[in-house]
Amino acid sequence: MTNLIPLIFIFPLVGFVWLTMTRERMTQNAAAIVGVGTIGLSALVTAFVGYDFLTHPPAGGTYTQTLWTWMQIGTFAPTFGVRLDALSLTMLGVITGVGFFIHLFAAWYMRGDDGFARFFSYMNLFVAAMLFLVLADDLLFLYFGWEGVGLCSYLLIGFWYKDPANGAAARKAFVVTRIGDTSLIIGLFVLYREFGTLNIDAVLHGAAATWMAGNPLATLVCLLLLGGAVGKSAQLPLQTWLADAMAGPTPVSALIHAATMVTAGVYLIARMHPLFDLSPVALEWVGAVGAITLLLAGFAALMQTDIKKILAYSTMSQIGYMFLAEGVGAYSSAIFHLMTHAFFKALLFLAAGSVILAMHHEQDVFKMGGLRTRLPFTFAVMLIGALALAAFPFTAGYYSKDQILHLAYLTGHHDLWLAGLVGAFLTSLYTFRLIFVVFFGPERWRQSAHAGDPHPGHGASHQIPLAVLAVFALIGGIIHPPLAGVLPQPIVAEAGGWIAYMPEVVSIAGIAAAWLLFLQMPQLPAALATNPATAWLAALWRSAWGFDWLYERVFVRPFVWLSRINRDDPIDHAMNLIPNTLSGLNVLASATQNGNLRWYAAVAGAGLCVLIAVVAFT
Amino acid sequence: MTLVWLILIPLIGGLVSWRSDRYSSNAPRWIALVTMLAALAFALWLRATKDFSFTGAGFTAASGAPHWTIEFRAAWIPAFGASFHLGLDGLSMLLIVLTNLLGVMAVLSSWHDIDRDAGFFHLNLLWNLAGVVGVFLALDLLLFFFLWEVMLVPMYFLIALWGHDAPGGKTKVYAATKFFVYTQASGLLMLVAILGLAYVHYDATGLVSFDYHDLLGTPMAASVEWLLMLGFFLSFAVKMPIVPLHGWLPDAHTNAPVGGSVDLAGILLKTAAYGLLRFGIPLFPHASLELAPLAMWLGVAGVIYGAVIAFSQNDIKRLVAYTSISHMGFVVIGIYAGTEQALIGVVVQMVAHGLSAGSLFILCAQIHDRLKTRDLRDMGGLWARLPNLPRVLMFFALASLGLPGLGNFVGEFLILSGTFVVAPWVAIVASSGLILAAVYALMMVQRALHGPAHGAVADTSLTFGDLSKGQLAMMLTLMTLLVGLGLHPQPIIDVARAPVHAFNAIYSFKDTAINDGVLAPSGVTP
Repeated sequence: MTNLIPLIFIFPLVGFVWLTMTRERMTQNAAAIVGVGTIGLSALVTAFVGYDFLTHPPAGGTYTQTLWTWMQIGTFAPTFGVRLDALSLTMLGVITGVGFFIHLFAAWYMRGDDGFARFFSYMNLFVAAMLFLVLADDLLFLYFGWEGVGLCSYLLIGFWYKDPANGAAARKAFVVTRIGDTSLIIGLFVLYREFGTLNIDAVLHGAAATWMAGNPLATLVCLLLLGGAVGKSAQLPLQTWLADAMAGPTPVSALIHAATMVTAGVYLIARMHPLFDLSPVALEWVGAVGAITLLLAGFAALMQTDIKKILAYSTMSQIGYMFLAEGVGAYSSAIFHLMTHAFFKALLFLAAGSVILAMHHEQDVFKMGGLRTRLPFTFAVMLIGALALAAFPFTAGYYSKDQILHLAYLTGHHDLWLAGLVGAFLTSLYTFRLIFVVFFGPERWRQSAHAGDPHPGHGASHQIPLAVLAVFALIGGIIHPPLAGVLPQPIVAEAGGWIAYMPEVVSIAGIAAAWLLFLQMPQLPAALATNPATAWLAALWRSAWGFDWLYERVFVRPFVWLSRINRDDPIDHAMNLIPNTLSGLNVLASATQNGNLRWYAAVAGAGLCVLIAVVAFT
Repeated sequence: MTLVWLILIPLIGGLVSWRSDRYSSNAPRWIALVTMLAALAFALWLRATKDFSFTGAGFTAASGAPHWTIEFRAAWIPAFGASFHLGLDGLSMLLIVLTNLLGVMAVLSSWHDIDRDAGFFHLNLLWNLAGVVGVFLALDLLLFFFLWEVMLVPMYFLIALWGHDAPGGKTKVYAATKFFVYTQASGLLMLVAILGLAYVHYDATGLVSFDYHDLLGTPMAASVEWLLMLGFFLSFAVKMPIVPLHGWLPDAHTNAPVGGSVDLAGILLKTAAYGLLRFGIPLFPHASLELAPLAMWLGVAGVIYGAVIAFSQNDIKRLVAYTSISHMGFVVIGIYAGTEQALIGVVVQMVAHGLSAGSLFILCAQIHDRLKTRDLRDMGGLWARLPNLPRVLMFFALASLGLPGLGNFVGEFLILSGTFVVAPWVAIVASSGLILAAVYALMMVQRALHGPAHGAVADTSLTFGDLSKGQLAMMLTLMTLLVGLGLHPQPIIDVARAPVHAFNAIYSFKDTAINDGVLAPSGVTP
């Protein structure tokens, strides 16, 4: 069965090539069948391979297959090789499973768009690139998928290319993540220099054999890999692209946030965890980056008014939890949270897309309100997604987040635990702010300029994805990825007492606070936002702590300035001094040839004097 | 004689093409096309039937004479010890195939571009190509210098006679003259260095010779070696071009006709890298190794300087010209890093850059044909107007920014990873070029293709169609090659291995330098 593994990415690739070749000559129905169908087939193959893998596990828990050797120079021979173990299988399930429902929903969402086939060709390529990334057996092949993911995010964020703002958001995503990619590839250079190979197994074995824990090179490599991970996973300090990435169509956001792209960094660290285990310093960094990001993003989410941006900052924050988990060595919990997060975040984004279309492309939550009676189905599924995001007891998000906080505390990382707990309160608060403002309260959309009754979405490709994902968001916590053999989990004694119940308390407290603040006394947050004493803080949160402002001044403008002043190539001008000097001398010399006999005679006489003087005095 | 035919085919084809002008205006084009196709087929046949796997003697005199797959020698000027000596190894084979392939593309892309004196145009183009092939084969230094000049003069005419005056900018004659003066002045330095080397050799052995085999390993004082090495280095640095000697290139590209630009970017720049690999470094190994750290940093400067300037260019063709400077910077770094991996990367990068830059210049001309402008401020939104051309341009922009899966990535990755082993900081700083490449390439895509229809694209009085079937076929061929190079570069690597091994041997006595910390300024220790 494992021979079928390549089919998992071949189907989406075929879809990409097919749709690219035929383009808009294909009817939208045909394009939808190709675009969605290829991912569906890919998901089926994954299920088949997964079943086979779990019932007949290969020796050592890993199955590898080399497709072909990319290049061979001496002993350095990176391959296009796939590797199937429980970790990649879990990722495959998320990518193809959740990805399929997102594609199905997109067939409804994008209906009627001029670039329908183009959209699905990019989406298919996106899935294929992500599949390369998680199946890769070699770090260079992983980098291949890694950059492919970046390319597809660029293409999809800038999908509506006629608006230059979308193009800017797309470029920002590509360039910011490429800064991370460059850090990653420098990490690969170090590994190549040390071990002469980039095969993941060989590198990990080599590192374990030659590096003691705390080796500075191990730390260097881990920090470089972390640099790559924070780029793709939108963590501090490379998080700024994610909020702008909302420029793309909503299903793209769902795909980026749930099934692909932002999970890549989490995956990379989990995949390379034996390396990180050699470097306690790097692991501390991973945890710290996660904790700080989850708090900063949580505060930023509180002040957003765009429904997609609220969800975007929540993604940033949830990925922060995964980094936090990896920082305390709870890799398996991180992947578990990655999976449940994929369920409920895909659901939330698709539901948000449903709301946005229902509201005639309105994205400002304060121009919505009272929608629960107008869009009952969307309300129901979005509520489920929100509960899962807020880690409400017994939803999918509860199990994974609880586990992370639990392990953070028991491994002695009390500071990370506290950050996670505060973050959990913030999560509940901003999530239910969204729910209460959009679905409860007054129907503010009646006052807006392009008022029109909300029209609920309908049709199978709208309802099925939402319903299925809602079920997973609700009970997905019972799925336990079989990661035990691949990823270690810190061994801790069972915690007792009140600590174990804190996550539940905080989650419910956050919901209650949201109910109080945004439904019972909405004047209070409004007053805080305008009160001079607190308004600066509100503005800071609204701008997500001003990182864009800072980067614009520190990086973007100086670069553009540097490029502009050099536009005419100053070095070239400097080289032109040589011909210019020569022409200057030419002018001078020509001036002496003026045809004036007296001038010639005078010069000749003067020259004679000088000559005599020289002869006489030397 | 086989090798002579490689040069003779374009030489004769050029003459015939020139004289056929009087019969039909299309005859020169067809003759030139058939000639270049024949030359390409001939080169591919050589590649397929000859054995390039030899891995034996290095370049150092101690380990014997270098090995050639095919060698040809005839008397030329016996009094000077100059002979008509040609040799073909894997490196020259690859570059000759690239030359003939891009020669075909240059002829095709000039089909509608050249509207007068097509015969004389093709004479110049084909003679230039013949000169380039000769440069890749010559093993006698006087012959090498002669052919170096042969490829220069026709290029001057291509720019000066069939070029375009840049609107509001410099004239084609200015650009052609600048090109000529730069290369001529640097060629003079090389000639002096060649004569100097021959004299030193005569002084030591009493034998007058310009032959490569004789001159290899000539014993000389360190200061003399430095001076002679600089003569070669400066000449190749101008042609490569290495910043700060690059001034001629943007102007030449801005004003050259499309065929000339393809030739210039795709082929001519590679002669400099070849010259360094074949002559510049093997003839003066000690001085070259001492120069290596500086040369690598000059390469880094080129990578960054070219990329920064490319970003703010308004003329799309000038933008592509500056990206060439940036990409050739990687080649410089790889040559002077000298590890096997970096050198293989250099070869792959040369082929990939030849294909991608050549294609980008063809696309610039296609855009100009349609919009009558190359000014990025005067275009935008082309994506909505045409189906194929924008996608093809996007593809080559992605190749230019080093997307994995395309040839340029393989080249840049091998160069940087191979360099990192000996000079980590060079590789790290040069890696910033990967980010800058994304910045300029995506900006070019944005300004030309995306956004609302703008400028000439929005001008309804201009009617233009998509790429014709022939043009599309040409671009698809180049795209396929670039993807093939990106996913399976092994055929190139295998052919390049033997010469790279031999060349790499020069660097084998560099280990002491590494231990002294000269080339490894970082604290990273193996």
